[in-house]
Amino acid sequence: MNLFAINPGFVLILAGVVAAVLPFRQPRQWITIAAPILGLFMLINADQNLDLITIQALGLDLVLFRVDSLSFIFGLAFLIAALLNAIYALHTDDRVQDGSALIYAGAAVAATFVGDLMSLFIFWELTAIASVFLILKSGTKAAYGAAMRYLGIQILSGVLLLDGAAYYFKANGNLSLEAFSSLQDPGALLIFIAFGIKAAFPLLHNWLQDSYPKATIVGAVVLSAFTTKLAVYALARMFPGESSLIWIGAIMTVFPVFFAVIENDLRKVLAYSLNNQVGFMVCAIGVGTPLALNGAAAHAFAHIIYKGLLFMSIGAVMYRVGTSKASELGGLYKSMPLTAVFCLIGAASISAFPLFSGFVAKSLTMSAVASEGYIIIWGMLLFASAGVLEHSGIKIPYFAFFGHDSGKRVKEAPFNMLLAMGLASAICILIGLPIVAPGMGYEWLYSLLPYPVEAMKYEPFTAGHILTQMQLLIAAAFAFVLLQRISLYPPEKRGTILDTDWIYRKLGFGFASWAGTVWGKAGPAMTAVFAGLSARAYSRIEATFSPRGVLARGPLTGGMAIWTGALLGIVLLMSFLAS
Amino acid sequence: MIELFLTLAPDWALRHAAPLLVVIPMMCAPLCVFIPSGRIAWFISILASALSLFMALLLLAQVQTVPGGQISYELGGWEPPLGIEFAVDALNATILLLVAAFGVLAVVFSWPTVAAEVRAEKRAMFYGAYLVCFTGLAGVAITGDAFNMFVFLEISSIATYVLVALGASRDRRALPAAFNYLVMGTIGATFFVIGVGFLYAATGTLNMADIATRLPELEGSRTVQAAFAFIIVGLGLKAAMWPLHQWLPNAYAYSPSFVVVFLSATATKVALYALIRFLFTVFSPEFAFEGASFGMLFMPLGIAAMVVCSFQAVFQTDVRRTLAYSSVAQVGYMLLGLSLGTAIGLSAGLLHLVNHALMKGALFMAVAGVVLTYQGTTLRDFAGLGRSAPWTMTAFAIAALSLIGVPLTAGFQSKFALLVAVQDQGLWWAALLIVFASVLAVIYMGRIMEAVFFKPPHNPQKIHKEAPITILVPLWILALANLYFGIDASFPIGLADSAASAVLGGGS
Repeated sequence: MNLFAINPGFVLILAGVVAAVLPFRQPRQWITIAAPILGLFMLINADQNLDLITIQALGLDLVLFRVDSLSFIFGLAFLIAALLNAIYALHTDDRVQDGSALIYAGAAVAATFVGDLMSLFIFWELTAIASVFLILKSGTKAAYGAAMRYLGIQILSGVLLLDGAAYYFKANGNLSLEAFSSLQDPGALLIFIAFGIKAAFPLLHNWLQDSYPKATIVGAVVLSAFTTKLAVYALARMFPGESSLIWIGAIMTVFPVFFAVIENDLRKVLAYSLNNQVGFMVCAIGVGTPLALNGAAAHAFAHIIYKGLLFMSIGAVMYRVGTSKASELGGLYKSMPLTAVFCLIGAASISAFPLFSGFVAKSLTMSAVASEGYIIIWGMLLFASAGVLEHSGIKIPYFAFFGHDSGKRVKEAPFNMLLAMGLASAICILIGLPIVAPGMGYEWLYSLLPYPVEAMKYEPFTAGHILTQMQLLIAAAFAFVLLQRISLYPPEKRGTILDTDWIYRKLGFGFASWAGTVWGKAGPAMTAVFAGLSARAYSRIEATFSPRGVLARGPLTGGMAIWTGALLGIVLLMSFLAS
Repeated sequence: MIELFLTLAPDWALRHAAPLLVVIPMMCAPLCVFIPSGRIAWFISILASALSLFMALLLLAQVQTVPGGQISYELGGWEPPLGIEFAVDALNATILLLVAAFGVLAVVFSWPTVAAEVRAEKRAMFYGAYLVCFTGLAGVAITGDAFNMFVFLEISSIATYVLVALGASRDRRALPAAFNYLVMGTIGATFFVIGVGFLYAATGTLNMADIATRLPELEGSRTVQAAFAFIIVGLGLKAAMWPLHQWLPNAYAYSPSFVVVFLSATATKVALYALIRFLFTVFSPEFAFEGASFGMLFMPLGIAAMVVCSFQAVFQTDVRRTLAYSSVAQVGYMLLGLSLGTAIGLSAGLLHLVNHALMKGALFMAVAGVVLTYQGTTLRDFAGLGRSAPWTMTAFAIAALSLIGVPLTAGFQSKFALLVAVQDQGLWWAALLIVFASVLAVIYMGRIMEAVFFKPPHNPQKIHKEAPITILVPLWILALANLYFGIDASFPIGLADSAASAVLGGGS
């Protein structure tokens, strides 16, 4: 069989299964590095726009490999991220982590290249199941709870997708991945919600901030790359130009800013900023013009690399110091200079400094929104851009590596971590450069976009773009300095923030256990109210359904005889009324 | 394949397959009782079940080849409206195959658990009771006579009460469970026979096909309506239709392991078959679903079973009770399917019926292995078993995934078919509830699997080991069947589709 006609995700999944059972460290690590390289090789040689490898299974036509320009760039980013993550994980010796990271990455790649809803559903669920081990593996009780919530919500997304797929199948008789024209169809709405959960839409986002900061060091890096970007890909595939996405995306960019600025755990800050970045992509998909879709794809590509880089640098700090709390860090640039430099590169990229990757990607989105005349949206995105600089561009490196000196003197990060961060930094800079030679610099990235012709016409390095961006960045940096100086900037303090998730946590079944994390978040008064409510809701459910509960109480035979009689009465009544 | 099978079979077996299927176990039952050795009784039971399975396969092959798809056998040469008739079509051929196949698998698996749980002097009689129960279930599924169906229903029920009560040597609570089951089962059977009596009064016949032809003349008859109500409620109780399911959790939790494996895969299924037979064949779907709109009755009951009993399953601390509540919830799925009154709905319900037998059979077998080697059924007893009994627990996990409805397992096929059937009627909220109940299944099976694979053993001193090979082989047959029918479901889907079109009057 032709090697280039196989979905590269399958290779990664297979390698992941092997890695998960292989007890020897060295061969396993070779596998984790070789598999993404082989996947990249297969993808680059794959036949674009032609291959439709279809099989018959489950009584349906499944399209297992279909490459086009949209799936290509996402798949490429996923494979590069898988390679960087594998290098970053080399200092560990953990079968479960290596295996599940590889299966997870493979499932995301496979989901990108399949061409029907059923296969998409299968790999959608596989990403959820494989990734949960990355959270579980950190072994704390909080991580266990977060992992279970994460799994529950991800599975819910999957079953909604399945339900929508069933509806779609009924209506259309096939399962092909075609763009929906509207959300009128219930099937489309169900699929939309399923994607929305995974993309962490506002009010559906809490699983992200809940679980990523509790994952292992490597786990958080791996998680940051795939789940939400897979959802972005799926949205771009099936809902381009869906106008509600514009507002959803814009709100998504704005609201995490407030949480990120006051949050103390730097990994949680990164989780919020991930949310905010995905908002840009979602908004661009909602605009739906070729320019905007190019922006979403370019942003996703750049984002996977620089967000991974930021998680890697904070992970390295955590590996050496043992914490990622801003209040316990500071002044680490003396002992971890290289990590600090890499972190600054990541920060510059995410803040869209000219000459870094974020700039060439985000410019596309901003221009697309502006050229379609969404003034309010444009303003919101601009505010969010300033916020990104505030919380990711300045706060992360400042509190970790500069700021007040924590007095901690540790070793530089291990070589493999530095190598992974160095490679990621190189990508961030290379794709951010102006065209230094034909096909180099940002032109390389633009040539891979879904609409390369339009992309090539676009010129990011105009005086207008650079000036607007620099003004924004300088104003935001000035605001940071000013607020620090007059001590109005939220200081790095211990404490936790109450997010909107308590609303639906209250509704969910496991609220009593979930409420545990709410305890510390609110003041004692709030806590008492919530405790009362949650305990009552839980005990109401338990009192009804548990072995000692209402439904199981009473003399069994007598109760059931009464039920039998009652049901007989109902049936008699129904048949009498019917005739 | 089918032709080859039919040509290989001896002529007498071909002609008398229908009565032999029932008579062989019936004759072997007293034989077991008179034999002093439990082991010999076990061999006899295997032999009788295997012969019945052979007859069931023959019947299925005949039904699939005979024009019209129906076989009728006159007992004693008496003509059907007066004499008793055994009538087999695609629907009950499937049910018979299910009963017989699970009879064989369960009885092969049974010896180590029976040796551990039943006292030596009672083992032979235990197998006798099993054969009587088997006879009754097969008889219910095969007969074409309404009163004869009542007789077989009682035969199987009374044997079941005895079998459940024999769990008392392991757990004394089996005795009240059996007593409750007896009282309630008798109520159900009484309701059923009252309904049959009304039907006889109205139509003057007991043959089901004959009743069906005479009913249209009696449209609007109060007697017929009352008969209908009594039969629905009586059979609903036997099929553990919510809220008439309360006999089931205790009966499943405390009976001997072998009994629960056999009953969970067959007993409620046969009662559900009888319900389908009366709803769709005896009373026409027009009467049941359009005239009296009983879809409106079964659908809420099915959905309530799905949701309420899944919740109850979540809170159980005993694994067998969790599975028992889950069984009631799964009956809810089947009722929901047939409540649609459409061919694809009925087909989806039947597919789930077959698949549920596969997964629950495997789950209860794995639990039986644990009961045998570890003497415990609570969640705590299951902690850490993934390491000490990997083969048993892997099969358990496969069946659990199937119960949840993970793709590439049989459970996924039937849930997907059910979703499509429900969406076909535009009932998107019911589809959402199916999905919601599946999430509850993730929770209650996830609790067990988490204990099995991720928790340290609760009591490390206690020795526990893999289940014996006689348990592992049938267990893995079922687990692999769950996987196989999850990938290539054409065989069960074909059975369910032809059964649905058989009762809905040929391809509607």
